[in-house]
Amino acid sequence: MEPLIEIKDLYKSFGENRVLNGFKLGLYEGENLVIVGKSGSGKSVLLKCIVRLLEADSGTLKVLGQPIPGLDQYTLDQIRTEVGFLFQGSALYDSMTVRENLEFPLRRHPEKINSQGVETMVLNTLRSVGLAHTIDLMPEELSGGMQRRIALARTLILQPRIILYDEPTSGLDPITSKEIIELMLKVQKEYQASALIITHDMDCARVISNRMIILFDGQNHAEGTYSELSRSSDPVVQAFFK
Amino acid sequence: MPGAPFPGNQLKEYFRQTGEVWLFTVRFFREAIRRPFEWRELLHQCYTIGNKSLFLVGMTGFIMGLVLTLQTRPTMEEFGAVAYMPSMVGISIIREIGPVITALICAGKIGSSIGAELGSMKVTEQIAAMEVSGTNPFKFLVVTRILAATLMVPLLVIMSDTISLFGSFLVEHFKGEVSFRLFFNQIFRNLTFGDLIPATVKTFFFGFAIGLVGCFKGYYSREGTAGVGRAANSAVVIASMLLFVIDFIAVLVADIFYDL
Ligand SMILES: Nc1ncnc2c1ncn2[C@@H]1O[C@H](COP(=O)(O)OP(=O)(O)O)[C@@H](O)[C@H]1O
Ligand SMILES: [Mg+2]
Repeated sequence: MEPLIEIKDLYKSFGENRVLNGFKLGLYEGENLVIVGKSGSGKSVLLKCIVRLLEADSGTLKVLGQPIPGLDQYTLDQIRTEVGFLFQGSALYDSMTVRENLEFPLRRHPEKINSQGVETMVLNTLRSVGLAHTIDLMPEELSGGMQRRIALARTLILQPRIILYDEPTSGLDPITSKEIIELMLKVQKEYQASALIITHDMDCARVISNRMIILFDGQNHAEGTYSELSRSSDPVVQAFFK
Repeated sequence: MPGAPFPGNQLKEYFRQTGEVWLFTVRFFREAIRRPFEWRELLHQCYTIGNKSLFLVGMTGFIMGLVLTLQTRPTMEEFGAVAYMPSMVGISIIREIGPVITALICAGKIGSSIGAELGSMKVTEQIAAMEVSGTNPFKFLVVTRILAATLMVPLLVIMSDTISLFGSFLVEHFKGEVSFRLFFNQIFRNLTFGDLIPATVKTFFFGFAIGLVGCFKGYYSREGTAGVGRAANSAVVIASMLLFVIDFIAVLVADIFYDL
């Protein structure tokens, strides 16, 4: 089976700072792949390279079979609609209401509007994150956890095949984190999307992952399921499970 | 550049920025003519810009007219030239003082708010979020704001000029018992197209410069909240300087065309 995302020998530095140093991964249909790494280890940089918010220095980087570096803007934008991105800080458009936040990508990709129409699509997506009643509120009126849910709804509305989560539980209290994780599991199933999840929250990793990669020194340090890795004797791997 | 220690580096940085501004401008024109247009956001920005500056611009315009007339009147009286007051004040407001003062106020008000708004959108990754949803943030945020500033600053100048002339009229009326009709007749009799056209044309450039600098500084602001403050601040400083350069060029060009 062809992977949805295929990365080989990925290198990325900022000046002298080598962040990714020959990283590789393959994300397959229906899978929840978790990447864990210390803060500052280049997790966000990796995600940003995948959607070309940052240009990788070298390596193979294919999304849905298309090589991302050197892709023309139009095709890149088409691919980006198939890849949802949940930002670390939610990144809701703070001058727009919840409704307008969800309508924003949809109105600019009319081919994604189905027969139900924009209004119903917005409402249905909000329902699936359990926040239909917030439709006319501004982002600043919502709690951090609610903002994260709306941000998830905004990526879901284009019905992506892949969702990239950048630390979905960061900055949230344990109970809200748990709710977000459950919501992620629910929408993954509902929307049949595959997910690449970046985190240093091991509870999150345990619940959601089918497979994990430990990112260390810009490389794949270890790979396996949660229970395999938790039994590892490698001190770097062990440090995450303490 | 964080702490460029050598003058050579500063020079390099200066040229780098100039190059970037140039590319930004080219990109603006390329994206501005490409469909689909963001009409709603353009209207919304026009409204916001006008609404935000209306009171301030009107207020300063009014005071400008009052002060200018009050201060010149005694001198003109001394020379027995009080009858020329309306046309003199009218020409100086319409040709120079109105556009420049209004544009400076707009640079402070509009330039800084565009810089801060786009800067904070950049820092909180809202611009990146637009990009990864396959939409074009440059078109939605930058093109609309630059166009709105280009369209609204001239309107604000016209409004400010009008209020300013009215302020001037009040002084003339109470000090020199000049009637409304006489005052404005005098002004318009002495106004030529040579006064009006260059004065109006340059206000479009003023608006363009204010929008461009605000957007550029905000769109490329650095990480962190300090970056947002710097973006807003340097947007005002650079736009204000640019206004005088444009004004100077406008006067030179008008001089050639109308042989004043
Ligand atoms: N745009 C950038 N310019 C320069 N350095 C960057 C940039 N983005 C990230 N970095 C650096 O890359 C490294 C990894 O950052 P990041 O991927 O954000 O870490 P994390 O794993 O916590 O998400 C850090 O050292 C950071 O300073
Ligand atoms: Mg990060």
